[in-house]
Amino acid sequence: MTIAYDYKTRTSYTAEAAKERAAHKTLLQHAFEPSLPERGYTNRTLHIDLSTLTVTEKAVTEQMKEIFVGGRGFGLWYLWNAITPKTKWNDPENDIVISPGPLAGNTQYAGSGKSLVVTLSPLTSIPVDSNVGGYFGPLLKFCGYDALEIQGKAERDVVIVIDGPKKTITIEEAPDENPDSHVAAEVFTHEYADNEKDFVNVSVVSAGKGADHARIGCLNFSWFDPRRGAVRLKQAGRGGIGLVFRDKKIKALVVHGPKMKADMNRAVNFERTSKVGRKLAKEIHDLDDQQNKMRAIGTAHLVEIMDAYDLLPVHNFQYGKHKDIDKISSTVWQRRFTQGIFDGCWYGCHMACAKGADCHKVMTGPYEGHIVTVDGPEYETAAGLGSNCGIFEPDWILESNFYCDTYGVDTISFGTACAFAMECFQRGILTLERTGGLDLTWGNGRSHVELLHQMARGEGFGVIVGQGVKWMQEYFAEQGWGDLPFMRDIGMQVKGMEYSQYQSKESLAQQGGYALTNKGPQHDEAWLIFMDMVNNQIPTFEDKAEALHYFPLFRTWFGLMGLCKLPWNDIEPEDNAKHGKEAAKVPEHVYNYLELYAGITGKEMTPSQLIEQSEAVYNFQRVFNLRMGMGGRKSDWPPYRSMGPVTKEEYESRAERYDQQLKDLIGVDPEGKSTEEKMALHRAWREDRYNKLCDAVYIRRGWTNNAIPTLETLRKLRIDFPEVVAVVTPHLR
Amino acid sequence: MITVNGSPLEWHPGMTVAEILKVRNYIFRMLVVQVNGDLVKRGTYDTAVVPDGADVQVIHMISGG
Ligand code: SF4
Repeated sequence: MTIAYDYKTRTSYTAEAAKERAAHKTLLQHAFEPSLPERGYTNRTLHIDLSTLTVTEKAVTEQMKEIFVGGRGFGLWYLWNAITPKTKWNDPENDIVISPGPLAGNTQYAGSGKSLVVTLSPLTSIPVDSNVGGYFGPLLKFCGYDALEIQGKAERDVVIVIDGPKKTITIEEAPDENPDSHVAAEVFTHEYADNEKDFVNVSVVSAGKGADHARIGCLNFSWFDPRRGAVRLKQAGRGGIGLVFRDKKIKALVVHGPKMKADMNRAVNFERTSKVGRKLAKEIHDLDDQQNKMRAIGTAHLVEIMDAYDLLPVHNFQYGKHKDIDKISSTVWQRRFTQGIFDGCWYGCHMACAKGADCHKVMTGPYEGHIVTVDGPEYETAAGLGSNCGIFEPDWILESNFYCDTYGVDTISFGTACAFAMECFQRGILTLERTGGLDLTWGNGRSHVELLHQMARGEGFGVIVGQGVKWMQEYFAEQGWGDLPFMRDIGMQVKGMEYSQYQSKESLAQQGGYALTNKGPQHDEAWLIFMDMVNNQIPTFEDKAEALHYFPLFRTWFGLMGLCKLPWNDIEPEDNAKHGKEAAKVPEHVYNYLELYAGITGKEMTPSQLIEQSEAVYNFQRVFNLRMGMGGRKSDWPPYRSMGPVTKEEYESRAERYDQQLKDLIGVDPEGKSTEEKMALHRAWREDRYNKLCDAVYIRRGWTNNAIPTLETLRKLRIDFPEVVAVVTPHLR
Repeated sequence: MITVNGSPLEWHPGMTVAEILKVRNYIFRMLVVQVNGDLVKRGTYDTAVVPDGADVQVIHMISGG
């Protein structure tokens, strides 16, 4: 281990903390009786209404546990009951629900500290769910709650404090603290911990000034990293939850939990959970260095791999690789990340992939000259803020990573939205005059970060970018700046959400993996590119449909349980290949999860029952979309850029491949044809294939040909409640 | 000629698994290679010679993302 700098050096923000705390005005103090979970559940939900300043408890019923399970399922169920089909994201009845899930908080199995956040999204106008690390969810549970549901709006900025040891819930006006998350998380941790040793028992949820003005606003969930002596952040990034949070005038949510012990979940069979946990820990210890090096580089190990397979988004997903890749490859990040210290975002996570770039000296904006720890970049951030915007300078990527996080802006959506704006600039849809003087040439890191500063100040072109791709498409068209169909082809959004950072042109299954999602194109539902495009393991429409049934449902399960997906398949048993075609499911790890579930809850389950658990919630979410006015095949239609080459440059950059495909797959001789003619042939073929994929997927999922879950499917999944059936029925006629 | 993951690749005598991985730019570390259905052990890719007409499977193990 060589650390050439003092990784504990960073700017501190707590000098005024006592004064800032003294300025709080308590609006409500509510006494409660903390409790620990039994078999993973506490059986209570905390409901807070900020408009009426009321705190109540709701019972978590057996039916809720049976059907909605926890985490994302609980969030969707509470949101369904809180809002109407007419509700908008900024109506007071919109909920923010945070729920950790029954397996969250266990310390025996890697990746068990996640919270799921659900709200009605300002980006998509449908429910969004986001899976996030940090300690908030587990500590909430160990205070006595399976979920926290926040409705209403405060009049002025408040902090909500759930304090287990003090047995109080308070809502306090907090006028003076800086909302930017790297400051707010540190300051509130200091304000509500009893002493330094107690920092680890406090977690803060916050969103910075950018989230005040951006539909792509995110939430930061903190945990205290005792090795660095730093408060670290993980993001609930997708769907604009940060904007909803700030619209409710929440400056921070603070949970102060009890002192941690190993079996706070009070598992039915703790040894059973420990046994599978030890097995996985050994695998990680023995194999991670040969496999993905998650402990050294985190998910940033993927950067040059995606480039090598032509999958890295470059210049708004026009291309899949770039000559300057070495400047942002994993070796660069490995040097930037402090090595040799444990980087788990929850206790017991031996994957320890929550890497931190310490001692970044901030180059711009209000924190210029400060020394900060940047949480990341993960792969999505390196690709989104880097290659997709043509930025191959690690310092600028770290700078925008830092400001995205502290301002509460989702790095994935920001990367994709900027890339869209930069391509519009390249093509003259935007000009210096239209951007207010910002030069959005590919690779301009300084302008990139300036967009974030503008977003935080609520002014300038940054606020426009902060509304996301869909909003920009419509606004630019309204202004007469660009052709809407063309902008729809190049704007990488579905359902209003920006794409995450994988090129899907050559993987039909991944085109579906993105666009057939419930919440919008996030890879956490399905990442099938290697299986499909490289391994050629799912050649037929039916094969792809099967994968698009199984994997989204399997991955949904992590969100029901409060688990992290990474220890499932970013580490694999040495002999995993023996499972042949099934190897992509990592069957031994599926077995581990069933053991973990049984060990904690006492309920035995088969692999197919696991999938059925998810299937009920997944279909419920589909119906929920329909209830909010989004549904049918048209809502699953991707931008053409995700399917094939939109422009001549794209076609000609890979002309050999596309010409070959014309010959071999489309049955047309490209000889003598213009690029435009060849592009048109490709488009017709690719769109037809996508439609055929939808046909096969909808059948496999038990939906109509227009993507509506049938009554039979709802009945089979036991979600045929009258209000659910009432939503679906008019669409079945 | 051989096939690699279902698509054709020009063959030459003495062609090894390592060469195939290089030609196809398969730089990912979690690979499982099968030649005509037989597993090729990791660490032997440099010396494992592939016969003409072989069906080569290079399975990338990540489910990723
Ligand atoms: S694998 Fe990484 S992101 Fe997942 S819980 Fe562990 S440290 Fe956190």
